[in-house]
Amino acid sequence: MLIRVAPEFPIASSEITSEPVFQDRRRFLAQMGLATAGLALSACSDAKEALKPAPAAAAGDGAEKSGLATLEVSKKTEMAGGEKVCSYDDITQYNNFYEFGTGKSDPASYSSTLKPRPWSVTVEGECDAPGVLGIDDLIKPQALEERIYRMRCVEAWSVVVPWIGFPLADLIKRFKPNSKAKFVQFFTLADPVQMPMIKRAVLPYPYREALRIDEAMHPLAFMVVGLYGRVLPNQNGAPLRLITPWKYGFKGVKSIVKIRFVETQPETTWNQLGPDEYGFYANVNPAVDHPRWSQASERRLGELFRRATLPFNGYPEVASLYAGMDLRKNY
Amino acid sequence: MSFGPVARLRLARALIWLLALLPLAMLVERLLHGRLGANPIEFLEHALGDWSLRFLLLSLVMTPLRSLTGWIWPLKLRRTVGLWAFAYICLHFSVYIVFDLNILAPAQALAKLGEDLVKRLYITVGFTAWLFLLPLAITSTDGWQRRLKRRWKMLHRLVYPAAILGVLHYVWLVKKDLSEPLLYAAILAVLLVWRLPWAQMRGGILRARSQPNAVHGETPRP
Repeated sequence: MLIRVAPEFPIASSEITSEPVFQDRRRFLAQMGLATAGLALSACSDAKEALKPAPAAAAGDGAEKSGLATLEVSKKTEMAGGEKVCSYDDITQYNNFYEFGTGKSDPASYSSTLKPRPWSVTVEGECDAPGVLGIDDLIKPQALEERIYRMRCVEAWSVVVPWIGFPLADLIKRFKPNSKAKFVQFFTLADPVQMPMIKRAVLPYPYREALRIDEAMHPLAFMVVGLYGRVLPNQNGAPLRLITPWKYGFKGVKSIVKIRFVETQPETTWNQLGPDEYGFYANVNPAVDHPRWSQASERRLGELFRRATLPFNGYPEVASLYAGMDLRKNY
Repeated sequence: MSFGPVARLRLARALIWLLALLPLAMLVERLLHGRLGANPIEFLEHALGDWSLRFLLLSLVMTPLRSLTGWIWPLKLRRTVGLWAFAYICLHFSVYIVFDLNILAPAQALAKLGEDLVKRLYITVGFTAWLFLLPLAITSTDGWQRRLKRRWKMLHRLVYPAAILGVLHYVWLVKKDLSEPLLYAAILAVLLVWRLPWAQMRGGILRARSQPNAVHGETPRP
């Protein structure tokens, strides 16, 4: 580098560069590098301890601190192959809920403006018993149960969650869908007062998702009202959300205000935004990569290294729903 | 109280070292106390990536700053800032190698790296940016600068494609909300446009007008 010093500077550059502190800088940098590497290595063992999934008693501590109402369940079913349940804090501090911001901790930070009571759900379309139900009238006839499911996000991270809810099929039957009801569509609340971030319009709101009616009637499809023994925290989609454990997490539409039965396949939010990246079916499939990243492995919250992703997220019993379909095309 | 060039250089150097060490210290502190959130590896990768880009852009601010202010310290510290950018990029890359590829299974990790480099465009460009910066870090010493003479300057222009690839790396990995990567892109665009010959000529005329005594001084670039 040729530095021709302009005459307005009273001091020649050589005088400045030769300062001992300048010479020392490189040695310092090298030492810093070593020190950092050393620190990082020694920190790894500590971090490993800190990051290990906490024992069962501690994992749920956050649930008690939340102060949310507890829920009684009629039965509990472990449906994640015995894999360790993630901590309440991991499940509730790391969410995608763009109505409250696009950062993972944004929903936990900014969803206190959401009011899950009073709440009503509109049921419409191809069914014989449409109407508007208060959330408690919707939940009351159902026997609540706990199910421990894996959840795999399309972004290649995953959690194991003890959800509380009831089979979606039981709810759908109450509305008596007719023969034209080939799909069931779900809408998230889109209220700029309760969700100020929707003004940024990162996504076209309201958030919409849908299932084929036979997918919706599958016993694994779950309507969720709580987790870890308590009602859903706002950031996890209070007061009512969908969980389809064999599909990527974005199918699990949160804070539902409308259910509609339709004859033709409706548009869904992520599919509409990026049809080549997010399919309508969105079944977890390690063999079909997202165009920009691999879906073969995932990072389970609470674990340091990635683990292999399972076909249908480890729920092969749903495979018959897709018999004869090319899952590479219908991703 | 007015600062002479030497005092300004000392102050600027202290501030830049503080600026460079602070994010690292904060990350180490969070790591040691288990405060890296639910997905600590992603947190580290993103934080280190953010700081890589910030220092890379800061290193590109130095030359314009020197020209616009006439201060001498920006050029004196440009190398320090550039090396810090490289240091953050190396840390960012290391976390990916150790945890995403899993260093405990080196053979598979190597295979996965190969797959990522071929199939994941954002990784391809990120890796290429690192490759471009590697010779710049190596030849950043006075000795290399002397040995390479004019070719040193040409070689170090690799920082421009490296910065573009670095920003692209960020743009391509984001799921939807592009506001942050596009902010970096906008800042980079300004810094690159400033370096275009016509922008330089206009700047030169302006400087000559505002400083009637300035000798027909060539500003060192890049």
